[in-house]
Amino acid sequence: MKKLITANHAAGLAATLAGRANRKGRGFGGGVYPITPQTESIEFLSRQEIEKGSVVRVESEHSAMAVCIGMASNGARTFTASSSNGLAYMTENVITAAMYRLPIVMLAVNRTLGPPWNIWVDHNDTLLLRDSGWIQLYCEDNQEAFDSLLFAYRLSEDPRVLLPTMVCIDAFVLSHTLMETDIPEQDQVDGFLPPLQMQHRISDKPRTMGGLDFPHETEVHRGQMQDAMNRVFKVYEEHQKAFEKSFGRSIDGPVVPYRTEDAEVVIVSMGTLGATAKQAVDTARERGIKAGSLRVKMFRPFPEQQLVDALKGAKKIAVIDRDLSPGMGGILWSELRGAVRTADVVQSYLIGLGGGDVRPHHLVEIFDDLAERDRPEPSILKEVA
Amino acid sequence: MQEPLLDGITQTGVDRPEPILRAGNTNCGGCGMSIGLQMLSRAVADRTVQMVIPACCGIVTAGPFPHSAYGAPVVASTFASAAAVATGLAHVAKMNGEDTRVLCWAGDGGTYDIGMATISAAAERNEDILYICYDNEIYGNTGGQRSSATPMGAVTTTTASGKLEQKKDIVGIMAAHGIPYVATMSMAHPEDLFHKMRRALDMKGFRFLHMLSPCPTGWKSEPGEGINLVRQAVESGLYPVVEVFDGHRWVVNVDSALSQGALESYFAAQGRFGKTKIDLAEVSKAIHRNWRLLQMRAAFDTQKIS
Repeated sequence: MKKLITANHAAGLAATLAGRANRKGRGFGGGVYPITPQTESIEFLSRQEIEKGSVVRVESEHSAMAVCIGMASNGARTFTASSSNGLAYMTENVITAAMYRLPIVMLAVNRTLGPPWNIWVDHNDTLLLRDSGWIQLYCEDNQEAFDSLLFAYRLSEDPRVLLPTMVCIDAFVLSHTLMETDIPEQDQVDGFLPPLQMQHRISDKPRTMGGLDFPHETEVHRGQMQDAMNRVFKVYEEHQKAFEKSFGRSIDGPVVPYRTEDAEVVIVSMGTLGATAKQAVDTARERGIKAGSLRVKMFRPFPEQQLVDALKGAKKIAVIDRDLSPGMGGILWSELRGAVRTADVVQSYLIGLGGGDVRPHHLVEIFDDLAERDRPEPSILKEVA
Repeated sequence: MQEPLLDGITQTGVDRPEPILRAGNTNCGGCGMSIGLQMLSRAVADRTVQMVIPACCGIVTAGPFPHSAYGAPVVASTFASAAAVATGLAHVAKMNGEDTRVLCWAGDGGTYDIGMATISAAAERNEDILYICYDNEIYGNTGGQRSSATPMGAVTTTTASGKLEQKKDIVGIMAAHGIPYVATMSMAHPEDLFHKMRRALDMKGFRFLHMLSPCPTGWKSEPGEGINLVRQAVESGLYPVVEVFDGHRWVVNVDSALSQGALESYFAAQGRFGKTKIDLAEVSKAIHRNWRLLQMRAAFDTQKIS
């Protein structure tokens, strides 16, 4: 069924459907706490009737994730949502969730970190959690946000993975924008998301989840997490097929190319900048530039091989970051430039920081700027606001 | 002084086949928590429990992975999160119709200080959790720093000339939430302690138990003297043994002689009080003030208020 819906409501609806799908398992729940621009997703969820479901209205993001940890360690399917400073406040429990290998799914609405306060889109909040052990998916539109949430449960709950996933959407650009979104029926979701079976859940057996790790145990546990992350690529592909079978439409892979087959200059981006980049590519192509766009949908695990393959023919690459690691530059750029060694120029641009409205012409200007460069220079901050 | 006898509470057929605190744990000799966990084990008996233990001494007790000194299922939580993680466990147990008691076992740092917002919120929501605070009046795990549970005058590694502030009134704070049950427990009064643990285990809603827990390392006291010290704390009136129902019905369970001798012994036996000039007359005055308030509260018959 097609619905005109915001990404926040789409996320709340996806969590509801995934939650109901676990009614024959150990149930569904999570701790929830409001923060702009995520609030509508948890308001939506709090209004739903969910058989064998329990949504706890807690006093902080820190506790929101802690409730998810308690529920997930007792075998339930869990959801929470946050943004910006909420994610920063939640951080130690975000890390715990991954360490305990709990398949928690979180909506993360990308918003500028403060103070000074700014509620608009910026990716520094979720990139702060880059090393937390969570799978990170960045979305281009509301349909992708909805689909990715359902997909995230399937991915996270796979026994070969058992890592939490955050589905990231751009503040306001998606969170508050109505888009036509295809919503499946409950039985379709039931088919895609069978009841969660978690072998290591806490039960009545005397087993301690947590406790102490000495260096050797830490080496083993970190190694297991890295192995699980490495398995994600193959598992992702398998579940893409299952998704298509269940819902009759496809879901994008970890990297999403647009007109890159013969592209000599390519813009690499994340989130809704990827949609803007496609328009800029079309305009640049009309002017005879062999332009292309590559959107990184999955940032963790980092799809290095797919990026290398997709950028094999590119001579010049512009990595556009809606984030800044002060003292380094763009975060996506700093990761990508180490992987892609075939291009002549891999230039970093910082654009749309703090929610600056990035228009296609800004990115066409980047294609033009790139054409003039023989060698990269430190990250260029392009002001658009 | 004679140790109290565990009359009528010897091992029975319904006791746990294995204790909650197993042998081989890492606790220091004389740790009040060890005694508390042994008593908890007996009180729990054949009930099903899940425990949440924050990053207090109590989680070091477990020892290194993959071993655990806990003979019960435990989820270790981050320092501030015990009551919230327990909330999650309790909700899932309830959704699945499981008769599991979810308990938090946390020290004073994790309760009075860093966990305060979390425990207050869980109490306000009246979550179905039994929260037990073993209060050793110090950050023991990190080597003995002051907490808001440290009594005035105590020397810690961060209060070299004695703490200047009063101990926080955790019982008053928790009772003010209007939760079903708040009680203090003295390990020198085991019958009362077992009764309270069992009562709290079988109640619904948020229950808060507080236990004064000697820490020989931090208190600079003899490991074998812990129970004596707690007894002196009760006899001197320093540690009232009380319970509060629904936030308003106060009961004093152990009468105190408000003994000046016990007070003097309590302070003299602990090195932490040795380097500071503590005016025991002032301490005594505060104890008498507190007891007058307690007696007023206990005499206040809420049944008569219509």
